[in-house]
Amino acid sequence: MAKDNQVLEEITSKEYEHGWTVNLEADESPKGLSEDIVRFISSKKQEPEWLLEWRLKAFRSWQKMVEPKWANVKYPEINYQDIIYYSAPKQKAGPNKLSEVDPELIKTFEKLGISLTEQKRLTGIAVDAVIDSVSVATTFKEKLGELGVIFCSFSEAVREHPELVKKYLGSVVPMNDNYFAALNSAVFSDGSFCYIPKGVRCPMELSTYFRINAANTGQFERTLIVAEEGSYVSYLEGCTAPMRDENQLHAAVVELYAMKDAQIKYSTVQNWYPGDKNGKGGIYNFVTKRGLCAGDHSKISWTQVETGSAITWKYPSCILKGDYSMGEFYSVAVTNNYQQADTGTKMTHIGKNTRSRIVSKGISAGKSQNSYRGQVHVMKRATNSRNFSQCDSLLMGDKCGAHTFPYIDVENSSSKIEHEATTSKIGEDQIFYCLQRGIDEEAAVALIVNGYAKEVLSQLPMEFAVEAQKLLALTLEGSVG
Amino acid sequence: MLTIKNLKAKVEDKLILNGINLQVNAGEIHAIMGPNGSGKSTLASVLAGREDYEVTEGEVQFLGKNLLELDPDVRACEGIFLAFQYPVEIPGVSTVNFMKTALNKIREYRGQPSLDAVAFLQLMKEKMKLVEIDQSLLSRSLNEGFSGGEKKRNEIFQMAMLEPKLSILDETDSGLDIDALRIVANGVNKLRSKNNATIVVTHYQRLLEHIVPDFVHVLYKGKIVKSGGKELALELEAKGYDWIKNEMELV
Ligand SMILES: Nc1ncnc2c1ncn2[C@@H]1O[C@H](COP(=O)(O)OP(=O)(O)OP(=O)(O)O)[C@@H](O)[C@H]1O
Ligand SMILES: [Mg+2]
Repeated sequence: MAKDNQVLEEITSKEYEHGWTVNLEADESPKGLSEDIVRFISSKKQEPEWLLEWRLKAFRSWQKMVEPKWANVKYPEINYQDIIYYSAPKQKAGPNKLSEVDPELIKTFEKLGISLTEQKRLTGIAVDAVIDSVSVATTFKEKLGELGVIFCSFSEAVREHPELVKKYLGSVVPMNDNYFAALNSAVFSDGSFCYIPKGVRCPMELSTYFRINAANTGQFERTLIVAEEGSYVSYLEGCTAPMRDENQLHAAVVELYAMKDAQIKYSTVQNWYPGDKNGKGGIYNFVTKRGLCAGDHSKISWTQVETGSAITWKYPSCILKGDYSMGEFYSVAVTNNYQQADTGTKMTHIGKNTRSRIVSKGISAGKSQNSYRGQVHVMKRATNSRNFSQCDSLLMGDKCGAHTFPYIDVENSSSKIEHEATTSKIGEDQIFYCLQRGIDEEAAVALIVNGYAKEVLSQLPMEFAVEAQKLLALTLEGSVG
Repeated sequence: MLTIKNLKAKVEDKLILNGINLQVNAGEIHAIMGPNGSGKSTLASVLAGREDYEVTEGEVQFLGKNLLELDPDVRACEGIFLAFQYPVEIPGVSTVNFMKTALNKIREYRGQPSLDAVAFLQLMKEKMKLVEIDQSLLSRSLNEGFSGGEKKRNEIFQMAMLEPKLSILDETDSGLDIDALRIVANGVNKLRSKNNATIVVTHYQRLLEHIVPDFVHVLYKGKIVKSGGKELALELEAKGYDWIKNEMELV
């Protein structure tokens, strides 16, 4: 027992692997937030007037809002005037080709295991890389272009496809949707944009890697994905940040828009710096992700593996507006040491015969707190709708907590909701069984945890699934009841 | 192969093994019988290295090594296998995956290269035949929703896969129907060689008709109070444990 606990502590205290900084010269805004800063960001990015106006409107809404306090997380007051809202790695005005990208940056991404050099890239994955606030390179652009697929940085989309951006920006997550979304709308600096034309099945995974590098910076990226009628896209998002003593704010917005018969699969492996063993430092991750199944028979799937961040506040949601549309949410959220996660989903059934499926697997270790918060709302006209929710919690050790907050609201009688929840511990018995077969404790925990999360991991594209398994093993391992 | 001398072990201050002496040589099969709660599973657990039990006295030598000093996973790698009385469930992990991990860990310990997928599959097919187990069972989550008999059969399959030197079967026969009993016993017999040994914990003479032991020991209140040949099992079956208890009281 005592020894198991010791092993648990040893393993769960593995140092954060991606915790290094790179000396990149940065082009930064002064600290603090005001209309001037919003204007500064917009002008830095040479944005059109309409976008500046949009940002300013968001900023003014934000000023009137209060930070939400309902989540089951505790953190010291965030001083929004002490954050740098814009930091771009310095380089000659926007690289258009990979060959123009700062070699230091390329090295940064190579350390992360992301090769931007196309010849060496992972087969079949187009990558957009965002460092601090700015997108630095998108690979495979030409190949995608032949199919009419647009995959580029948000800034580029504003320049090259303003009509699309204008039409869909804020259409799923309105600029004043919530405190953090409003903040993002005011100061977002970059992100990814992706557009799949009618009937096109995107032939490769599209992927964005986010990294926060500069100190005291917040990262506020925006992702917008539009899938036209009958199209399909699978999109991956990965994140890391260096180790820092201070907490850093990350407030992203992701909007997905699926037309009739379209399908969007959005996968995240979130590995922001979680803070050290004593809870110092780490990323505050306040993210608004929402998908709109606008057309009939459309489908949106969220899959997330959340291992990082000091605080996670995140509820990837689906608005099932089209008849027969479908929303899915598959989540593994791991917390360790002093991490806190309040995550889940919201499924809003508006169309008839809509379906949603929620599979949430929480894993808590150390002194962490892990909460699932989910809402299923079936509106009156959403007749014959179905939801299935499965929320499991796994506890490792006895100093952590797992909480489940399901909210269910059904306004018609022909719909059916099923909710299942379990809480379990990694049993000493399970560990001993593995040990007895020659499997050491670390490998045993990895095996058990990956087994527990299997249903979610199997939703990830292959390359990511392997990475996610390793991450889980690395973040945790070690156990005991 | 295995030498146990005056082994005493306690759990939560309760002495459960009270001076066990036992010698098991390569090629032998030993049966351990005894009333409920006499310490049979405890002995198996102590040999496998379960931490809940504190060894307070005595020593155990296994193939020339001080067994009690080794971690449980190392003991397994050294060749000790325990077929559990109550095999645990591990959701989301198939027997195939579990065995692949285990086998490769053991191979790594022995300095052998990992088996690739093809070689592993081949080995698996061969062992499946030996214990007449269905592949569909092996693809399911380990022991999850398995019937009592399926769990036991799966334990023997694992034993066949890992080819241990010393196998300890803790009531592997309980819960088996007549056919399954024969199949499991056949498996054990086929795996038997002059280089390995087996300790069979059982309550029933029935199993010992199929797996014929060289020695039978009776464990009572944490001690081996009687040892003999296979006829001892018959005697126990006929008379129950009372005569042994009485004998003990007299002593
Ligand atoms: N973890 C434990 N805590 C307390 N008592 C224990 C523990 N493990 C075993 N015991 C006790 O030790 C004694 C021996 O148990 P053990 O399981 O070894 O018996 P057994 O001979 O295998 O019995 P059975 O034939 O019923 O399987 C029992 O009285 C049991 O209650
Ligand atoms: Mg027993």
